[in-house]
Amino acid sequence: MKPLGDTLHMTGRHLTALWRQPWLIAVSLVQPVIWLLLFGSLFGTVTDIPGFRSDNYIQFLAPGIVVMTAFFSSGWAGMPVIADINRGVIDRFLVSPVYGSSLIAGRLGSTAVVIAIQSLIIVGLALISGASFDNGVLGVTVLTVVSILLAGAFGSLSIGFALIVRREESLIATVQFLLLPLSFLSVIFMQKELMPGWMQTASNFNPLNWAVEAGRDAVSASPDWAAIAGKGGLLFGFLLLCGAFAFRAFSLYQRSA
Amino acid sequence: MGVAIKAESLAKRYPGDVTALDGLSFSVPEGAVFGLLGPNGAGKSTAVKILTTLARPDTGSASVAGFDVLREPAGVRKAIGVVSQGGGLDQEATGRENLRLQGHVFGMGGDELERRAAQLLEQFGLTGAADRLVRDYSGGMSRRLDVALALVHQPRVLFLDEPTTGLDPEVRAELWEEIERLIGAGLTVLLTTHYLEEADRLAAELAIVDRGRIVAEGSPDQLKRELRGDAIQVELGEAADDGKVREALSTVAGIEQVLLDDRTLHARAVDGAGAVPAVLAALAAAGGVVASVTVARPSLDDVYLRFTGRPFHAADAQATDPGRAEATR
Repeated sequence: MKPLGDTLHMTGRHLTALWRQPWLIAVSLVQPVIWLLLFGSLFGTVTDIPGFRSDNYIQFLAPGIVVMTAFFSSGWAGMPVIADINRGVIDRFLVSPVYGSSLIAGRLGSTAVVIAIQSLIIVGLALISGASFDNGVLGVTVLTVVSILLAGAFGSLSIGFALIVRREESLIATVQFLLLPLSFLSVIFMQKELMPGWMQTASNFNPLNWAVEAGRDAVSASPDWAAIAGKGGLLFGFLLLCGAFAFRAFSLYQRSA
Repeated sequence: MGVAIKAESLAKRYPGDVTALDGLSFSVPEGAVFGLLGPNGAGKSTAVKILTTLARPDTGSASVAGFDVLREPAGVRKAIGVVSQGGGLDQEATGRENLRLQGHVFGMGGDELERRAAQLLEQFGLTGAADRLVRDYSGGMSRRLDVALALVHQPRVLFLDEPTTGLDPEVRAELWEEIERLIGAGLTVLLTTHYLEEADRLAAELAIVDRGRIVAEGSPDQLKRELRGDAIQVELGEAADDGKVREALSTVAGIEQVLLDDRTLHARAVDGAGAVPAVLAALAAAGGVVASVTVARPSLDDVYLRFTGRPFHAADAQATDPGRAEATR
């Protein structure tokens, strides 16, 4: 299985590079810690709003922050691709018998591993901060899986966009532009019924929101597994669409030489 | 002996009406070291991109190691090793890891790959640096690793695209020695360079590329022999009028191919040293101020001048390489 082997070797390459810079993972955890602990404490009285169903805001926030961190991290997946283009690494592989798609699939594979690790660390932090996760291992696993599906989709978008624009500045501007608006158009911070009507409507079309709703439901006391499976299916479809875009962008890149 | 590389009427234009290749044809027999010499922008890098399956020609055809580059790119890729201008090393990995990954991509693995990597690291003097990150390598070390990577699967054809560009002279000379050691082991090498000295030293056969086509072909000695006589180069103290200078020199017997490039006058003479007094006298009579005169046996510089009508350094300075601009995308 040459495609699989090539993908695993590429994934290994990215994970080895990351392993050498553990501070990068540490830095990437600063943001979720701020959201979870500072933001969570600051807005702790949100639970007093009539109709808010949870009585612990950090508990409410935690699964949302897990998904949001996956979303934020995956947005940057295109950055090392631009570095590889500029350094000639991609071209070096393109004149070898490597299975071309493994260059993209390997990036996504390493993103998935990183998201899994990050998710578990945030879950651990949330537990220390007094949150609890229902449904134990199953709940946390489903939360992690939807985070990975979402990260795979947005990672593909980021990589595809990187292959088209090939400029770090353009990618940074685009990702920055999308991160917070999409986060606020979701139920990460607020219960859906308490959001303004138009935001509720917008959130229905926001893949980030699908992941947050599915993830939060999976670690709740009474999960609606059918609804979770539906959202998971939507996310998987979105991932396929974004993946197709990334592979298409890659073949355009190959043809542009 | 078979033909390792064959390029037939390759043409390629880049957007913006930049003609990179304009009917480039050449062939390289198996085991030969063939040089494509030309300034930046001549189309050498574009030719290498097409031959290594990275780019497609607009028209024309090519085969490498018996495989058609358009119809059988997979066959070509297995048979070639490529040292590209930009390198392409993973900076965040060690030298050994770079070699390993390159080997994996070519389907190697296990002890065989470990032995091959160790052997190449030894061969290129990188054993001590094998487990250091490439980003801490010097320019010369990176370049040697580039070559080692290209050789990991024992390719039949090796492409060296401007292998010593950007290296300081001492490191360049070391790399030349490394490359010379590779030659003669049955490996076919296509070298592109804009260093005349490099082409002269490494390539047994040479093609001079100018504006996307080949203007002269032969061994460096053959090419130099085609130039009758010596090169005379006169540095003038002040810029002179081209017409006046030509007119003055037309009276000197045995002087030909006069060309004035700003303050430098190039000419050829059967007996260079013998012609100098008459040349100086003619220039003085025409009011020219002479700063210095040199007479030299023909160099590849002169060959280039002879076939393109432009001095090499002038072409190199004014050109922008579309292939290169494309590479930095």
